[in-house]
Amino acid sequence: MEEVLFFLAAIGALGGAFGVIAMRNPFYSVLALIVHLFSLAALFLLLTSAFVAAAQVVVYAGAVMVLYVFVVAYVGGGGESAWEPIPGQRFLAPLLGIALFVELSVAVLSSSLLALGEDGADVKAGFGNPAAIGRLLLEKFLVPFEASSILLLLAAVGAIVLAARRRHEDTPSERFAREELGARGDSPQPPHRRVASEEGVSS
Amino acid sequence: MTIEWFVILSALLFATGALGILLRRSPMVILLCLELMLNAGNLALVAFSRMVGNGQGQVFAVIVMVIAACEVVVGLGLIVAIFRRRLPLDVDDLRELRG
Repeated sequence: MEEVLFFLAAIGALGGAFGVIAMRNPFYSVLALIVHLFSLAALFLLLTSAFVAAAQVVVYAGAVMVLYVFVVAYVGGGGESAWEPIPGQRFLAPLLGIALFVELSVAVLSSSLLALGEDGADVKAGFGNPAAIGRLLLEKFLVPFEASSILLLLAAVGAIVLAARRRHEDTPSERFAREELGARGDSPQPPHRRVASEEGVSS
Repeated sequence: MTIEWFVILSALLFATGALGILLRRSPMVILLCLELMLNAGNLALVAFSRMVGNGQGQVFAVIVMVIAACEVVVGLGLIVAIFRRRLPLDVDDLRELRG
């Protein structure tokens, strides 16, 4: 039973991963990643880590993927150009990927971790449930927990700063200046040009 | 199932993510492939946590999730900013620092 579940989830995870890199449309890539994340949550459940599996489904497949879907819908999926900056990139890249996999596998399997070939240590009934994880987070790993919360706050502020519209951009004189001077797009203009254009409007 | 299977699957997923980063050019898909690699790392962390039988690896899997969320937020903010300035969404065209 456990083997069947493992192979089903592994096929789902691998299929999702290959779907992400094979789909032309970024929207389908996001959907394939959602399949991948749900399969990974099943694998986490097989490893008796219920809290991580729940967080995976709620945080990743819920919140983060909604963010992706919104941005893909906003930006739109353009086809990628067929031009390759490095000749033969399409053939070199799979070779490198296979080499990386072989290297990682050899590194893991030839390590002297004898417990790798077993089912894992005997664990108590409460292993990996929210109470155990919360106790570890707030007692032993309080500093990483707080550091990651500060990092999350910084990332949120940074994303707002990066993606915010310029506040003084849409005044009529600015729009006039942009059209008159032929500035391209909504790229920010250097300050001296903006002053000059406003004088031109007022005169 | 032995722990080996999980770790090998994690290596395979990591290699798939790296392959995607090498192959694709859209910044959005590259972010998705970064997610694949982070999740492969998460799977290895949880598998080793199960192997030694304490929950510390799971705690760090949760923290890796937080870091992945930060990376997604900043990356998508950059993509929106690039799109607003009508620059091409292609990492090969975006190799100069001056916009």
